[in-house]
Amino acid sequence: MECKRKKEWPESNDSNRPTTFPDEVLERVLSLLKSHKDRSSVSLVCKDWYNAERWSRSHVFIGNCYSVSPEILTRRFPNIRSVTLKGKPRFSDFNLVPPNWGADIHSWLLVFAKKYPLLQELKLKRMTVTDESFEFLSLSFPNFKVLSLLSCDGFSTDGLAAIATNCKNLTELDIQENGIDDKNGNWLSCFPESFTSLEVLNFANLHSDVNFDALERLVSRCKSFKTLKVNKSITLEQLQRLLVHAPQLVELGTGIFSQELTAQQYSELETAFNNCKNIHTLSGLWTATAQFLPVLYRACANLTFLNLSYSTLDGDDLAKLLVHCPNLRRLWVLDTVEDKGLEAVGSYCPLLEELRVFPADPYDQDVVHGVTEAGFIAVSGGCPRLHYVLYFCHQMTNAAVATVVQNCPDFTHFRLCIMNPHQPDYLTDEPMDEAFGAVVKTCTKLQRLAVSGLLTDLTFEYIGKYAKNLETLSVAFAGNSDWGMQCVLEGCPKLRKLEIRDSPFGNAALLSGLEKYESMRSLWMSDCNVTMNGARLLAKEMPRLNVEVIKEEGINNSKADKIYVYRSVAGPRRDAPPFVFTL
Amino acid sequence: MESPTISIGELNLQDTELRLGLPGSDEPEKRCNVGSKRKCSPEEESTGNRSDAKSDHNQSDNNGPPAKAQVVGWPPVRSFRRNSVQQKKEEEGGRYVKVSMAGAAYLRKIDLKVYKSYPQVLKALENMFKCTFGEYSEREGYNGSEYVPTYEDKEGDWMLVGDVPWDMFTCSCKRLRIIKASEAKGLGCL
Repeated sequence: MECKRKKEWPESNDSNRPTTFPDEVLERVLSLLKSHKDRSSVSLVCKDWYNAERWSRSHVFIGNCYSVSPEILTRRFPNIRSVTLKGKPRFSDFNLVPPNWGADIHSWLLVFAKKYPLLQELKLKRMTVTDESFEFLSLSFPNFKVLSLLSCDGFSTDGLAAIATNCKNLTELDIQENGIDDKNGNWLSCFPESFTSLEVLNFANLHSDVNFDALERLVSRCKSFKTLKVNKSITLEQLQRLLVHAPQLVELGTGIFSQELTAQQYSELETAFNNCKNIHTLSGLWTATAQFLPVLYRACANLTFLNLSYSTLDGDDLAKLLVHCPNLRRLWVLDTVEDKGLEAVGSYCPLLEELRVFPADPYDQDVVHGVTEAGFIAVSGGCPRLHYVLYFCHQMTNAAVATVVQNCPDFTHFRLCIMNPHQPDYLTDEPMDEAFGAVVKTCTKLQRLAVSGLLTDLTFEYIGKYAKNLETLSVAFAGNSDWGMQCVLEGCPKLRKLEIRDSPFGNAALLSGLEKYESMRSLWMSDCNVTMNGARLLAKEMPRLNVEVIKEEGINNSKADKIYVYRSVAGPRRDAPPFVFTL
Repeated sequence: MESPTISIGELNLQDTELRLGLPGSDEPEKRCNVGSKRKCSPEEESTGNRSDAKSDHNQSDNNGPPAKAQVVGWPPVRSFRRNSVQQKKEEEGGRYVKVSMAGAAYLRKIDLKVYKSYPQVLKALENMFKCTFGEYSEREGYNGSEYVPTYEDKEGDWMLVGDVPWDMFTCSCKRLRIIKASEAKGLGCL
């Protein structure tokens, strides 16, 4: 039963004011609005609309868990069923944030248990979640349906066991890329035999063996299964049995993709895949070899998203597979496919919109392979609709990037990582300024940019001048002086997230953005030239910002090694650990 | 605090010098620091010596491009994916390197992963090739033995086993060669 809304605002006294919609109608109309941006706009129109919007909202997205408190949230939105929360700064993914920094979900759960007992969905990114929290969650929300965790930490498989045991209406359990203490696979056996509602299960990134019988029974009794992503412990033989139970799957993550199989088993596997006519997302494929990829060929006809980022395929094997994937929109690969593999991408996947190339050996300095600018150009030539790229490489040229964006001017997300810091254009030895200049000049829809290589302030001048739709910028080992950062802060009207590491930007740059930061979600600067005094000054001038410095013991006291600045209506953190100084 | 615009050739790379990880960081980054090979006795456990290596690095001269040190969180690959890479390498069966010995008919291979320190690997080599290496000292190398263990590092140089910290050795060792002490005279450092 929804909370009944009381009319809180007095009736308008102005009898000349035309009658507006009755509240119920307005709420009904607004309840059809899904986009958060639209809802934010609506809530600013007038008080009536603000109220109608807050009563009709069922999903809330909080990009920074410290920007608001659970009390403020629940006061404004009484009828929330679904919460998405993001916690730590993004650079915590790369170990730049010490452990126990915060973003613990528990205080939120305590409030939700009281105010949102009907909560159905919780999607968390970079939050800390303990097993106790899982237990509490599983017992506090009888209608709980969807749990999705990405890049979270603090829990073990015991927490998952609590969810499996107690959440009788669960439809989705999605555990991705988390720092999880994987004790064993017993959690999967905790789903009761009477439980049949599961539709999405992703445990691909857990390592322990699960009880296959329990998994098989689970898959066969949950008739609405549409997404199943298993882990490496599941063999091809076992996969075949799962597919027989769930040919309706839309998203599949396989286990280990090689095994000694008899001809019969191979044939059965192929048949099982052929019967899966609805698969549009495929992942897993650990140790996939050329021998076994052919079983996928028929199933790939409708494939739109192929995630090979855990398979060390080479270019030839990738080419053979891609021939069968003409409808591919998104492709993730390892750089073991090399330029040859990317040429195949350009040849066979004309509808491609997103490409991510991850490094197979990011720390091996002797790597002489991987992908180069040639592969990048090849993809852009064959895939004019490409708008999202994440590209890790060891060498790049300004000319190549210019060609790429000429071929694909619609980039919205351009993330180029030349893996050796400060590396210039390897042919001309010049900085990579012109490359990113070309990107921002040509790609007017650009929302997200990550730069790398040897870069001077000129790159940032270009960004400030041309990247008018830019929302997220990641900078590492770049720039010459404060001027660079100032250009960005002054020039990019839609900037929301700025994260900078190891770049020579100091107090002048930091303080030039004084008025900007309240319109942004957050700023991160680590190992730059900001000092404690600069940080203090910022905090003093802008009381509605939280200015936090992470300081570990024994380091030079006047430098603000890591500074995290974000707007908040909740005031300073009350749960900051000793190494976080709120100024 | 702004520096004037300067040409690329004059870029003071020291300002944007690569930093090594924070002290106390539990990030298990490899410390293959080409710029600063620190001498230490192979008998020492060398894991505690990283802070010295770091200070050496910060003062090492920058005649060429910055030394290729391992930097915390770079390249920006998520912890999870990074651990998968490490795991994969472990699963692929360890860090095998070839070992040759003058006069032996065929080469052997050992897995450096299996050993935790110089004394352990030296003993294994002694057993495998039925030879002895004498006492290691920084100044004298392997004194008083018939044979001397050497290795080829990532830059293609032949080095004396034992000079660099253990972890740096396991990263940078491409192959081992046991040579006679008489040949070793040519190595210069002995």
